[in-house]
Amino acid sequence: MDQSKIRNFCIVAHIDHGKSTLADRIIEQTGLLTSREMQAQILDNMELERERGITIKAQTVRIVYQAKDGNEYIFNLIDTPGHVDFNYEVSRSLAACDGAILVVDAAQGIEAQTLANVYLALDHDLDVFPVINKIDLPSADPERVKNEIEDVIGIEAQDAPLISAKNGIGIGEVLEAIVEKIPAPGGSPDNPLQALIFDSVYDSYKGVIVFCRIKEGRVRKGTKIKMMATGATAEVVEAGYFGAGQFIPCDELTAGMVGYLTASIKNVKDTAVGDTVTDVDNPCAEPLPGYKKVNSMVYCGMYPADGAKYPDLRDALEKLKLNDASLNYEPETSIALGFGFRCGFLGLLHLEIIQERLEREYNLDLVTTAPGVIYRVYKTNGEMIELTNPSNLPDPSEIDYMEEPVVSAEIMVTTEFIGPIMQLCQERRGRYISTEYIEASRALLKYDLPLNEIIYDFFDALKSRSRGYASFDYELKGYEQSKLVKLDILINHDEVDALSFIVHADSAYERGRRMCEKLKDEIPRHLFEIPIQAAVGGKIIARETVRAMRKDVLAKCYGGDITRKKKLLEKQKEGKKRMRQVGNVEIPQSAFMSVLKLDDN
Amino acid sequence: MTTRKQNARRPAGLWPARQTGDNMRELSIYIHIPFCVRKCLYCDFLSGPAFDGEMESYVNLLQREIKEQSIFYGDHRVVSIFMGGGTPSLLPAKETGRILERIRDGFSLAEDVEITIECNPGTVTSQKLKNYITYGINRLSIGLQSTEDEELARIGRIHSYRDFQQTYAMAREAGFRNINIDLMAGLPGQSLASYRKTLERVAALSPEHISAYSLILEEGTPLYVNQREYTFPDEEEDREMYELTGRYLGEAGFHRYEISNYAGEGWECRHNKVYWRRGDYVGFGLGASSMVNNVRWKNPDEHMSYTDCVEKMGDGGCDGRTFESGSAPYITRLKEKSYVEMLRRTGRCEVQILASEEQMEEFMFLGLRLTEGVDQEEFRRNFGKTVEDIYGKQIRSFLEKGLLEREGKRLRLTPRGIDVSNVVFAAFLF
Repeated sequence: MDQSKIRNFCIVAHIDHGKSTLADRIIEQTGLLTSREMQAQILDNMELERERGITIKAQTVRIVYQAKDGNEYIFNLIDTPGHVDFNYEVSRSLAACDGAILVVDAAQGIEAQTLANVYLALDHDLDVFPVINKIDLPSADPERVKNEIEDVIGIEAQDAPLISAKNGIGIGEVLEAIVEKIPAPGGSPDNPLQALIFDSVYDSYKGVIVFCRIKEGRVRKGTKIKMMATGATAEVVEAGYFGAGQFIPCDELTAGMVGYLTASIKNVKDTAVGDTVTDVDNPCAEPLPGYKKVNSMVYCGMYPADGAKYPDLRDALEKLKLNDASLNYEPETSIALGFGFRCGFLGLLHLEIIQERLEREYNLDLVTTAPGVIYRVYKTNGEMIELTNPSNLPDPSEIDYMEEPVVSAEIMVTTEFIGPIMQLCQERRGRYISTEYIEASRALLKYDLPLNEIIYDFFDALKSRSRGYASFDYELKGYEQSKLVKLDILINHDEVDALSFIVHADSAYERGRRMCEKLKDEIPRHLFEIPIQAAVGGKIIARETVRAMRKDVLAKCYGGDITRKKKLLEKQKEGKKRMRQVGNVEIPQSAFMSVLKLDDN
Repeated sequence: MTTRKQNARRPAGLWPARQTGDNMRELSIYIHIPFCVRKCLYCDFLSGPAFDGEMESYVNLLQREIKEQSIFYGDHRVVSIFMGGGTPSLLPAKETGRILERIRDGFSLAEDVEITIECNPGTVTSQKLKNYITYGINRLSIGLQSTEDEELARIGRIHSYRDFQQTYAMAREAGFRNINIDLMAGLPGQSLASYRKTLERVAALSPEHISAYSLILEEGTPLYVNQREYTFPDEEEDREMYELTGRYLGEAGFHRYEISNYAGEGWECRHNKVYWRRGDYVGFGLGASSMVNNVRWKNPDEHMSYTDCVEKMGDGGCDGRTFESGSAPYITRLKEKSYVEMLRRTGRCEVQILASEEQMEEFMFLGLRLTEGVDQEEFRRNFGKTVEDIYGKQIRSFLEKGLLEREGKRLRLTPRGIDVSNVVFAAFLF
């Protein structure tokens, strides 16, 4: 393949500005195979695949474009995750590209994520060209948006294609712009192999399938490869590229190409996103820059609802980690919940995705404890510990001071909502930095916010207070000293470790009170009265009581239908089994998640 | 060596020796009559209004079923018959007569057999009641529920207190010497005072037996669906009503012998106790339940399937494979497998051979409903293990919590244990 005819790119956009729709249109209006490859395939079959390719959205795909200059070009469209939680993944995907298409909504203009993503792309030295989408909307104002792009981002936008991805307008122009404005990949096939891992999936037959961009050299079946950061080695079994929704093997991947490798890699820890693949026999001198071990920002405990499923949970986490270098976990035990894992995530969305995948794809019933951030605890003896599990907080007498992570947040908002949003940020202990006006009616608010104030529901609150108009992006700024306390929950006078959480001293009382109220509703009545208490440092700050059960009796048993009666008793017993025993009290699993719903009405 | 699992599947006592003096086994019969004038708002039993001719054709089916089934019970003697519903008293007297006639044809009845029919006030005439006596029915169970007409109307009963008084008087006049009155506590709008009034009036009539149930809101019933529109006594009041029932009826000469059943000396319901003591009983009719020899089954609860089921009894119920030639086709002589096969072949539902664990569970949660409780000796005789071996942990915990108490060899619920009996019962399940 002629290297000068390859274009590796991605699409960056604010959420809902039309990234996936544009990707679909590009795939639709190009081919999946070169004319040479086409002869070996049955066309009808490929049509089918093509259809599937469109439905399987937002994956890396190789397509073929017949350009106006008469040449056939290979486009590798690399998908990037669209959420702030996944910034590292985004950065590695960007590093696999040579250019990026910036999609901006013709009506809404630049949003917080537009900025974050485009700066990220520019940081990776990508050539970025803008397209203005949704020009068919009545409220579209392409000229204003073009000026905005030039003023705010500082990239040329006057000749940006004006398109409607939804209605297929202007797509041809975009395809030509890809050929013209995105540079062909550099690198030489004759150099030692240097390939960037930007994603991977686990396949139960092939083992780990590594998605990579070949920066230098070549790789083919039989090549002995080495992952430079993890040190793992393996022999390539198959190399290929990405059809739409399928893997298509090929003889060789060479510099400039994007494709996949399989090498019977069974150990999922061996293929970290961002790592460099090289040839064992002819290694490159240095790994590609930018690899880092991803740090989790949010932690929570995950426990199997059925204790016997602990090994299943461990296996499932291990498999998920294959695709997700940013998922961290280590075993922990809880008095209330038994054996489980303390899991680290990039953010709350990431946590929710993992939780949902564990439940859906691995059929696991989970109990998740309240998510928290990593706190730094400076002890009086000079030692510092990073606290991910509130239960491990040292005795207050041993603590000198504590620090919590703080993020720099940028909130883009129309001016009418500045008031409510500023109020929200104040409530969340935000520190005001600045207001920058993008245009007369829109401003970029900058705040420093404690991470633990935004991990639960900040985004929802933001949307509801701005009627959906505010957009939000953040990055970790660092750690700051803070007045933090551990809030403990005592049920029937026993402290329940899995319910403890770290909270700012000023909101401890309010949170404790609401926690007790929630738990009162969650815990069923027992034969005895159950006090539920919230405590800080051994001092009770709130209390509720679950009254003793007065009556649980079934009267009639009709015509000797004992089976029906027994079923009712079995149901009762079954319900009991799904509870967690803490002391004498049976706590339903949902109670452990109730802290997440504290802000519900 | 047999595995635990195999052991678990085998019923412990094959053919428990509850036998009459002449080596005949005791059997009770339940007959289900799924008809009523109108469904009460709390009712989730199998019943509904009948259309023309439906009762007669239903009785025809019942007759066939009784006939086909009777051949299995040649070594059983019937000690009680219970006609329940629905409202069995809705059947024309002659239909009731046809059912009992067929039972007498096919089964051997004990001399002192207890034959009960359920009846609702306003559905019987003096003549019908006299006919019942002629057919040998010797116990009448009248569904009163409350003596307050407003309370009756609220739960969709079709009768008034006055209707009941007439029915009761007619029944005595017709010669019924054994009458039960059904009452309900916890009705919408019911107060402790109005409930006490019901108790007073009913006790004053000196029936032989009183059943007093707490209303249970069954899912799907109108009362359940519209529960927000009613005011129910709270749990505390419900328990006060329960406590009052025991105390008041006790003073009036009725003793509680089961969680919800009270009787004058010597008038406990024999049929009822068969269920709690796990005696053998066979049910005929739509959806009727049976347990014979530690095998439970149910008839289908849809008319079509029930009809099918009865029709299959004629040809496939006992074919050549089931019995050795020349031997009487008694159910007790069937091998377990062919027994179950026969039940399944005829379309019976929920056929279940009770493993010994299941028998133990039932022994406990049924036996503990009786105020006499369970006999630990009997447990050991039946299962070859002491109740301590099997349930030691649960029993100790409940004794400690004051939910169970011991008296001699017997183990029974305390008053507090009765209030939360489901908690206790559930703990005896494996």
